[in-house]
Amino acid sequence: MSVTFEIIVSVLIVVGAAFTLIGSFGLIRLPDFMIRLHSPTKATTLGVGALLCASIMYFFNDQGLLSINELMITLFLFLTAPISAHFMARAHLHEHCRNPRQELPPLPEQGGWSIFEDNDSQAADQQSVSQQSTNL
Amino acid sequence: MIIGYALDIAFFAIALALLLNVWRLLAGPTMMDRVLAADTMVINTIALIIVFGMRQETTQYFESALLFAMFGFTSTVAYCRFVLRGDIIE
Repeated sequence: MSVTFEIIVSVLIVVGAAFTLIGSFGLIRLPDFMIRLHSPTKATTLGVGALLCASIMYFFNDQGLLSINELMITLFLFLTAPISAHFMARAHLHEHCRNPRQELPPLPEQGGWSIFEDNDSQAADQQSVSQQSTNL
Repeated sequence: MIIGYALDIAFFAIALALLLNVWRLLAGPTMMDRVLAADTMVINTIALIIVFGMRQETTQYFESALLFAMFGFTSTVAYCRFVLRGDIIE
């Protein structure tokens, strides 16, 4: 194993571990849940991705096989991290946000937030749809 | 040689990250904080398994890492669904 290769793999390992630690430190340090949601779902996923890249390179050099398992883990983590973050944000809003019009930022277009049953915006949407159908 | 030192640093950093996650899991003010801490612990455990596999120089641990990833995602979705709908399977 050449020295440059060892240095590349070591740098990937250290960077991945550092990003994992930074993500977990942000979980402690940041003030609010919606802010706190960012650090594990982004920094930690990036750190695990760097560790998996290091592992792929290490085993490709060590045993001469390109394992498909690491690629599957990487793909699975990078696909599921935004989905679970979206689910957690939805559950948090469902649990803690009582007045969505006052607490949440205003939306640029018509229509409400998708978790809240916003009757006004639904009625407006239905009106616009019916207007379009009459125009057609 | 250099990789051995890098793996030591990685073990230390990931163990510290798991301790911080346990802190948030115990101290988290809301329920979703605890769910987020559990999800992060699963991801950190995957990182620990990968580093341990590189230390042992075997590829047999990747199946367990894949299982951890799948079960972590499923459990997070199940918790959030329980909070959102009051039931997991309707």
